[in-house]
Amino acid sequence: MRYNEKALQALSRQPAELAAELGMRGPKKGSVLKRRLVKLVANFLFYFRTDEAEPVGALLLERCRVAREEPGGFSISFVEDPERKYHFECCSEEQCLEWMEALRRASYEFMRRSLIFYRNEIQKMTGKDPLEQFGISEEARFQLSSLKRLQVKTQNAVGFP
Amino acid sequence: MKLNERSLAFYATCDAPVDNAGFLYKKGGRHAAYHRRWFVLRGNMLFYFEDAASREPVGVIILEGCTVELVEAAEEFAFAVRFAGARARTYVLAAESQAAMEGWVKALSRASFDYLRLVVRELEQQLAAMRAGGCPPLPLPRRPSALPPKENGCAVWSAEPPAAPTAGSQPGPEPPPRRRASAPHGPLDAAPFARLHECYGQEIRALREQWRSSPAQP
Repeated sequence: MRYNEKALQALSRQPAELAAELGMRGPKKGSVLKRRLVKLVANFLFYFRTDEAEPVGALLLERCRVAREEPGGFSISFVEDPERKYHFECCSEEQCLEWMEALRRASYEFMRRSLIFYRNEIQKMTGKDPLEQFGISEEARFQLSSLKRLQVKTQNAVGFP
Repeated sequence: MKLNERSLAFYATCDAPVDNAGFLYKKGGRHAAYHRRWFVLRGNMLFYFEDAASREPVGVIILEGCTVELVEAAEEFAFAVRFAGARARTYVLAAESQAAMEGWVKALSRASFDYLRLVVRELEQQLAAMRAGGCPPLPLPRRPSALPPKENGCAVWSAEPPAAPTAGSQPGPEPPPRRRASAPHGPLDAAPFARLHECYGQEIRALREQWRSSPAQP
């Protein structure tokens, strides 16, 4: 699949939601644990060799599942292939929880659900649609009906701890 | 750069909401011809397929850090998705009608994760202000889209700037600044607990140290 690599590289240089040096192991059998600088930007997880400016790779965090992996780490896998896991090792319990929480919220779909939720709450309290000031109240992607459909799906799908 | 293309392809064809879809002409390169492709916008990903029945996308345009503008082109209803940077590619696309072009330009210019996050934060703050104050929310100042990196793991979750130190000294340690309660229900409800726990924990540990080292015990 073709993609705009330069734009993705530029994104990897943006301020991160979270960044740390973690142990990382790829999904292939026999993968070795390596130290990587891991950086969360928007809905992408970039990983760098610790002394390089360009990322080795990126993971798009949509439809992913974040799971705790004892003793001190977590894994990321994707809904369509749950056995294929990217493993990460943290230096503390706090770091592990922090990363898992940040990754849980780092998808476009999560943001969309949050927006719909807040919009609905504010509308209930004030009778006004807070999206009107942005001029996006008519957009199909932010309608409540979209949320209801998603709620049914996410109960079955992974993605929530 | 490695990318989880298999997952990307699944995201392209899954049943998550589609934010826009339709045929567009895509210019191959600077002097190349236009190719008619089936475009699907989902989140901040603009996928394009050979046709509407294709099972796998030909490619994807990741829509972070781009601007969308109208262009002068031989093709009617043309617009461009432009990325910053010296050798960055500009994608020239053309719709099949004025209405379609306007719809795409609108959708694409608001498709970034960054933009969505900004809106969500704004609404989050409005809701918190309403719940805490009980008075109509004041218009909040626009925040810059690039937030400082949260290296210490503590999220900036209060709309208030940190309290300025008062002129004139006060006896004893200052109580920690009051914080607003965040929304008690919803998808972000349980979310910041680990962070809150850590932030308060740090404060408590710091205060504890202070009290231990001070000569008089309360």
